[in-house]
Amino acid sequence: MGVLLMGKSGSGKTSMRSIIFANYIARDTRRLGATIDVEHSHVRFLGNLVLNLWDCGGQEVFMENYISSQRDQIFRNVEVLIYVFDVESRDMERDMHYFQSVLESIGQHSPKAKIFCLVHKMDLIPDGQRGQLMLEREADLKRRATTPMAMTVFGTSIWDETLYKAWSAIVHSLIPNVRMLESHLGVFCAEAGADEVILFERTTFLVISHATSHAQTDPHRFEKVSNIIKQFKLSCSKSQAQFQTMEICTPTFSAFIQGFTPNTYAMVVHSDRDIQPGIMIININRARPSFENIERESATAN
Amino acid sequence: MLVAGDPKSNVPQHAWMPLSSGQTAKPRLLVMGLRRSGKSSILNVVFNKMSPNETLFLESTSIMSRNDILSFLDFQLWDFPGNLELGDSTVDPGLLFQQCGALVFVIDAQDEYIGALRRLYEVIILAHRLNSTITFEVFIHKIDGLSDEHKIDTQRDIYQRLHDELAESNVHDVHLSFHLTSIYDHSIFEAFSKVIQKLIPQLPTLENLLNMLCSNTNVEKVFLFDTASKIYIATDSSPVDMQSYELCSDMIDVVMDISSIYARTQHAKATPSGYLSLQPPSTNGGSSNGRAQASSNAAVLEAAANGMARDPGLAIVEDDESHATIRLNNGQALYLRQVNQHLVLVSLLRDDSFERQGLIHYNFGCISEALNMVLMPESPATAAPHQLHI
Ligand SMILES: Nc1nc2c(ncn2[C@@H]2O[C@H](COP(=O)(O)OP(=O)(O)OP(=O)(O)O)[C@@H](O)[C@H]2O)c(=O)[nH]1
Ligand SMILES: Nc1nc2c(ncn2[C@@H]2O[C@H](COP(=O)(O)OP(=O)(O)OP(=O)(O)O)[C@@H](O)[C@H]2O)c(=O)[nH]1
Ligand SMILES: [Mg+2]
Ligand SMILES: [Mg+2]
Repeated sequence: MGVLLMGKSGSGKTSMRSIIFANYIARDTRRLGATIDVEHSHVRFLGNLVLNLWDCGGQEVFMENYISSQRDQIFRNVEVLIYVFDVESRDMERDMHYFQSVLESIGQHSPKAKIFCLVHKMDLIPDGQRGQLMLEREADLKRRATTPMAMTVFGTSIWDETLYKAWSAIVHSLIPNVRMLESHLGVFCAEAGADEVILFERTTFLVISHATSHAQTDPHRFEKVSNIIKQFKLSCSKSQAQFQTMEICTPTFSAFIQGFTPNTYAMVVHSDRDIQPGIMIININRARPSFENIERESATAN
Repeated sequence: MLVAGDPKSNVPQHAWMPLSSGQTAKPRLLVMGLRRSGKSSILNVVFNKMSPNETLFLESTSIMSRNDILSFLDFQLWDFPGNLELGDSTVDPGLLFQQCGALVFVIDAQDEYIGALRRLYEVIILAHRLNSTITFEVFIHKIDGLSDEHKIDTQRDIYQRLHDELAESNVHDVHLSFHLTSIYDHSIFEAFSKVIQKLIPQLPTLENLLNMLCSNTNVEKVFLFDTASKIYIATDSSPVDMQSYELCSDMIDVVMDISSIYARTQHAKATPSGYLSLQPPSTNGGSSNGRAQASSNAAVLEAAANGMARDPGLAIVEDDESHATIRLNNGQALYLRQVNQHLVLVSLLRDDSFERQGLIHYNFGCISEALNMVLMPESPATAAPHQLHI
């Protein structure tokens, strides 16, 4: 599946890719050099979903090539275009000029592609101004498409969980049988008496699916949990270890996180004090085979 | 419930508090150093959960600001503006350095540091004359930009220069320590832990309790952490290896962060607050009060030793405190247990210990109660809970 990653040089494309798929920590991205031409990588996701990620160096010479001489190669068979804007960019007009050229090329060669715009480095904007700024940017970006296109806009930063929100949405759009996964998860959540069940991809810890039977207050919790657990996973790997299970018991809730299917981790949260810890683990083990089946089926479907 | 307590909500962070002799007797921790050396960054990262990259936006501190730390320790942190001269008439050095437990001096190791050393020297001479019990903690800071070799050389050079100057001025018996620090990794938390530990009078008893836990159970390493700042205030006497320390400290993050998402508000329980009273340094030796404390601590220790169970049949879990377990694929596991509102125990143990999970809960419960008793000097040791009695 072709995923194009584009945007001005220095906007943060390679940084994001390295954090999500290559276990970088945010600070390490300062050492990244500018990408020359296009860097192609195969990212294995959920075991058998292979993302063909094209990280396109954003310097103007390269951009000119993409929209002229290399146009046919670059924009064909694109399933997802991720266009990254540096929120602090001084030359918005030039950014928009390239963005529009890229949209035109996509419209011509891959009209069905989904477009994700990431207004990146939001950490550089004071907290109180982010909401308003995003409203304006989103309206502006959506106006740029001349043909009808599915466009989603996110504000992101490598320094907080917004990165995980955007990338979860992106990969979510690429998973073939995501509806089936969701309905199975809903049944599991209800039958196990859980408040919430979240399914994470094993290597990236991006959220693939979730089910909630007991309303939760924090709307950003999914990306927060992704971020929290990914950070911990990295700190375990510094000790050459991986965590297998995590169990948190407090007077008001309990949470279990464990390897679920070969390609996922599951987190189960419940607040029923009568449920013994052992019972929840048995429930998770019981649910496992049917989810493994879904995974296998989607593998053959690919 | 695990709640880190929002440090930002405590006291106006930069409230201007005039120095006056009529102030409460809370011990002080002064933080000094030249402009831009990183003082405010350190305090915000350690005590206000600011992420390191956010410190880039900190403005230069223009007035001395006091931060009342309301966690396990009851003390004041003073952020001393880098441009303030000690001879400045707005500050009375006598008042400043009295009640001062420790003076942290921050040196920017990425910059030319001769000027910083000169200032440090002046500060030591003045402060030491007014209060000879102060411990001077030199933070050789921003080492994230330095190679390992460069770090060692810098530390050696700073130590040598300072040592020579003090010797030349005939100043000896100064309590002086050096720490290599950066806000971008755990080193700043580790350094602050060591600074704080020196100020805790109950430290030997706390260490004894933790040693007892290790020798009676499969626990390989245990830290007693302040939950909000992730400073560890005590550990057992086996050597601290940085990797284990970092893992334990990171476990607090995962557990607290997930708890802050899913915990529901609950009526505050009347749990012991676990405040530690930091003793202002006294010039005369052990007070009678101190001796009384020591003997009651011995009773607590003995009671805890007798209360520990080795037989899982005896271990009944009936407590309400939060706990968490993380099992790793290398045969190790992490176990965290809340001690009180402010403190948690985090330990590293062999994974097979969890075959007898009830026993772990029980023994940690025992040690927690003993810790709570040691940390609340006002409560008499006779109030020991039943299972600790022989
Ligand atoms: N403040 C801030 N800086 C970021 C963020 N993301 C990336 N950066 C920094 O931006 C710089 C450039 O990042 P890269 O990922 O190399 O940029 P790029 O888009 O790949 O650039 P080209 O390869 O030249 O197209 C690095 O120093 C990153 O540390 C962010 O969210 N916030
Ligand atoms: N690389 C690096 N930079 C740091 C570190 N600690 C602080 N800084 C940076 O140093 C700069 C100055 O930090 P401040 O905390 O404002 O310095 P200060 O000592 O409070 O300065 P004054 O208030 O002017 O006395 C900021 O840009 C911080 O981001 C560190 O450990 N490593
Ligand atoms: Mg790049
Ligand atoms: Mg300052």
